Amino acid sequence: MSILIDSNTRVIVQGITGRAGTFYTDQSMRYAANYVGGVRPGRGDTMHLGLPIFHDVKSAKEATGATASLVIVPAPNAADAIIEAVEAELEVIVCVTERVPQHDMARVKRSLQSSQTVLIGPNSQGILTPGQCKIGVMPTKEEKPGHIGLVSRSASLTSEILANCSAAGLGQSTTVGIGGDAIHGIGFVECLEKFKEDADTHCVVLIGEIGGQEEERAAEYLAANDYPKPVVALIAGRHAPVGRRMGHAGTLPAFAGLSVDQKIDALRKADARIAMTPQDVVGQVLAATGGI
Amino acid sequence: MFLIEYLSKELLAQYGVRCPTGHRAKTASEAQAACVKIKAKKYVVKAQIPAGGRGPAGGIKLAATPSVVHDEAEALLGRNLVTEQTESDGELVDAVYVEEAHDLASEAYIAFALDPYSGATLLLTSGDGGTTFEGASRSQSNAVHSKALNQDALESEIAEALSGIGINDPDATMQIFGALEAFHRNDMLLLEINPFAQTREGGWMAIDAKVHLDPSAAFRHPEFERLFDDYKGQHTESEAQKSNINLVALDGSIGVVVNGAGLGLATNDMIVDQGGQPANFMDIRTTATSFDIARGVELLLQDANVKVLLLNVHGGGMTVCDTVAEGVALAYSRSDNKLRCIARLAGVNADWGRQILKDRKVPVENVTDLDAAVGRATEIAGAA
Repeated sequence: MSILIDSNTRVIVQGITGRAGTFYTDQSMRYAANYVGGVRPGRGDTMHLGLPIFHDVKSAKEATGATASLVIVPAPNAADAIIEAVEAELEVIVCVTERVPQHDMARVKRSLQSSQTVLIGPNSQGILTPGQCKIGVMPTKEEKPGHIGLVSRSASLTSEILANCSAAGLGQSTTVGIGGDAIHGIGFVECLEKFKEDADTHCVVLIGEIGGQEEERAAEYLAANDYPKPVVALIAGRHAPVGRRMGHAGTLPAFAGLSVDQKIDALRKADARIAMTPQDVVGQVLAATGGI
Repeated sequence: MFLIEYLSKELLAQYGVRCPTGHRAKTASEAQAACVKIKAKKYVVKAQIPAGGRGPAGGIKLAATPSVVHDEAEALLGRNLVTEQTESDGELVDAVYVEEAHDLASEAYIAFALDPYSGATLLLTSGDGGTTFEGASRSQSNAVHSKALNQDALESEIAEALSGIGINDPDATMQIFGALEAFHRNDMLLLEINPFAQTREGGWMAIDAKVHLDPSAAFRHPEFERLFDDYKGQHTESEAQKSNINLVALDGSIGVVVNGAGLGLATNDMIVDQGGQPANFMDIRTTATSFDIARGVELLLQDANVKVLLLNVHGGGMTVCDTVAEGVALAYSRSDNKLRCIARLAGVNADWGRQILKDRKVPVENVTDLDAAVGRATEIAGAA
């Protein structure tokens, strides 16, 4: 099992014919055979990478039975592409595009208010269920199927920690990058909820950082819900000077969130184990689970 | 991107927000001459730097006469102003804004922001504005009222929110309604009017305004480029930004080159834990080319405080090790500074990256383990 995506997920790619779209679709298709089509307005009824291309998401979904979409279109059009997929009622949308304007994302969030669709990103490396399905731009060499659910705000730090886990024999159920932008889709709390229900996830690794409010919301959720699985958290930026803008575009100026120390404190009070460095995560997982 | 005060006010004025009459001046005599155009009973001289906290730091001065304006401008211009929001060496004051000073009867705080969870536009209000506001909002969470506006918000919604903090003036409502339009039309991440004040004469106006524009929206705002030209910021940082690199200068001696924001933060944490001090925070954006990376590394090689370079790259789907190595090698080939480089490459194309550094004769020392790499860099920086 896994969360959100598995071997039955049927994926279309919005922006498949672009340079990045072509490259990453090709890589994802080589990883697992979930890809069923692509969308490029004006190029419907053609083929690309051996997949049928459609003018719009709705017709792509009808023809292919797609359940998910990878949005890899340039920033000026990213919000419209996401909203189109929301309106077509896909189950999961992954947007990897960087620098989507925040006012556009506000519009996307409003479109999601009355929808069942789960948005991952933007500015996310995507979501990966090892051995079953990859929707995103993350590397696939160091992952391995297993029982750690991993959710993070940072792609590079995820790669680092995932490599350490796999090397120690700790495979992953699903890894989710919620993205580095201030306004994004799914957050830590929703991922924790889903990992809670997933029988294959035995431990959750949560990788946060300075800025925003994701970490404190996760802590509140954990404290309020008597979470049944061990959670290990790493919050990067402990020594980043206060008041300077670092890390991801991360936070809106009006929602700066707690300091890293306060985030760590809140998570610790909610019974999460705190890893101080990327190298420390494996030890904390082993200590929390006795090895899985 | 933080907009300097006078530009914020120019922008808001286009949407009907009333601001004190003022002029920007780059010299003390220009400041004095501006008084003739303003024709006020008294003046205020304000340092134009891209950071807040100017008042308590001495960056805002009242002046009773044009000659005092001259002297205050002279004292501010050409010096670095250090506030709680700047780096320790402050920001150079290269211009002042001379304004008519008003006696204020009451001061409110008004702001617009986006709610990251619902996507709604929030109107934040407090009846207790002014320089003490930041302190007040930190200590009492109920000091600020927050109202989620409908997408096609009407003036009546604004009027209602203002009435909640005791402002019942149709003209004030119109001004804040105009500010809301400015917020949307200009892709602002934050618009703060603090204080929005009533003068002794009775009218409401924006005494100070803070605007953050969304740099990601620059593609539909060609005018942003001109606005940002005036934004000096930290030179190294804006230089790096042009090259797809987020770089924040710090005070230490270990130059760090890292891909990704999270890994960059974690690397700096490890350096400090081991007793070292990073010279910078770096996040190579996924869109950066090796030429961009070279520019970022060059900035570190030019910094006399940097004693050693720590290269920590976990090659991923978008930034691969060879691209970073190529950039580092290019920077070294352009520089006479053959600074020792502790390289820890992992992930996609790590071997290829190491080969490039070796072939191009970068004075590199490869360390596989991240803890050990950080330790080695700290050791070298400590001995230097």
